[in-house]
Amino acid sequence: MALNAEQSERLNVLLTDRAEEISARWAEVAAAPLRGRLTVAEAARQTLDLQRQLQATLRAGATDVASDRSAELRAVLSEFSRGRARQGFTATETATTVLALKTAIYDVAGVEKGDEATLRDYVAWTSFIDELSLFTFESYTKARERIITEQNEQLLELSTPVVKLWEGVVSVPLVGTLDSARAQVVMERLLQALIDTGSPWAIIDITGVPAVDTQVAQHVLKTVMAARLMGAECIVSGIRPQIAQTIVALGIEFGDIVTKASLADALRHAIKMSGSELARSQRRAA
Amino acid sequence: MSAAGDVEAAAVQAISGDEDVVRVRQLVRTAAVAAKLSLVDQTKLVTAASELARNTLVYGGGGKAEVSHLDNGARRGIRIVFSDSGPGIPDVELALTDGYTSGGGLGLGLSGARRLVDEFELETAVGVGTTVSVTKWAR
Ligand SMILES: Nc1ncnc2c1ncn2[C@@H]1O[C@H](COP(=O)(O)OP(=O)(O)O)[C@@H](O)[C@H]1O
Ligand SMILES: [Mg+2]
Repeated sequence: MALNAEQSERLNVLLTDRAEEISARWAEVAAAPLRGRLTVAEAARQTLDLQRQLQATLRAGATDVASDRSAELRAVLSEFSRGRARQGFTATETATTVLALKTAIYDVAGVEKGDEATLRDYVAWTSFIDELSLFTFESYTKARERIITEQNEQLLELSTPVVKLWEGVVSVPLVGTLDSARAQVVMERLLQALIDTGSPWAIIDITGVPAVDTQVAQHVLKTVMAARLMGAECIVSGIRPQIAQTIVALGIEFGDIVTKASLADALRHAIKMSGSELARSQRRAA
Repeated sequence: MSAAGDVEAAAVQAISGDEDVVRVRQLVRTAAVAAKLSLVDQTKLVTAASELARNTLVYGGGGKAEVSHLDNGARRGIRIVFSDSGPGIPDVELALTDGYTSGGGLGLGLSGARRLVDEFELETAVGVGTTVSVTKWAR
């Protein structure tokens, strides 16, 4: 529910005239349930930021959270939520800090002993603060999702090491479940490594993949084709006997792609081939 | 069912996302180890399950997999029933043809899964859904 202009004005006056009392009480109430994880001083820094922005927003004539005039306030609340999400506080704990302003106002404005007009104002202000806290709750959730996505991406990057095994030979191990997102990362990183190192050979090692189904096979085939378009040749290694039998029964054909039982076999093959290519080109040059 | 002898209560796994396909694979792997399937047979059954679970998800729009232990007195085995209430398969023979895909896959999941198991049954009705049951016996 939006405030009317007078209610907004009176809240601004209260926050300005009694600024210090309110911020002290707000920080105290906010820190109480977070004891041990957030000091009163830390809580005070956060609530003071919020309080200053709230005053500025009310001064500009804002009467609800959604309006243009509250843009800055929303930004500060979002920033606050993001910080709390990163520190590992829950959504409820984060929103509760904003709600603590109600108690601070109740105590400082003396609502309990106040007249009917004060009580009416208080009711309007609290529903405004409820809106602020709802907005905080939502920002928190969005921030949390973003953090999780970032962490997943980091994990993907970490778990896909492309290494240069030998001059002209890079390799990438596929480990665990090769879902589409991971397969895409693997392909991109391998192709990038081929460019960066100018290697003509790539080894895709599937020792760590427990089941090679048609989806995994399709990803591998696509990667091999993409590498070929860049002038590089792939060897698929780590095909254990049970995987080989399963691939055959499924009917997957690797065509003319070289497959090897172990990474060592694959490397030996790549070195031998580059050696004979080198010899050939040397003979041609001679 | 009677030919199968004892059927132990099934473990059920809902299939509604990629991570559920992984869960089905893990469930089947555990069951296959418990039924003392050889490493090759475990791998074949897990791979077949992976194919069928993905079809349930991608083409059936989600569904479930039920994994049960069989014991016919002479041998132990694993049965997995995949079911969905999706669009069904209008031409079963075509769908079971190597290389046929309506979705940009390799078209080897259904036909390949049939080759990976000992028993394979497919029931489907357009507009009603699809049920695929597979069984693998310990040797
Ligand atoms: N549960 C299902 N519901 C509807 N259609 C299915 C189902 N499973 C398979 N199909 C059809 O059978 C085709 C072949 O399946 P499959 O051999 O696994 O190949 P792919 O998954 O590569 O398309 C699919 O493209 C699809 O048209
Ligand atoms: Mg399939």
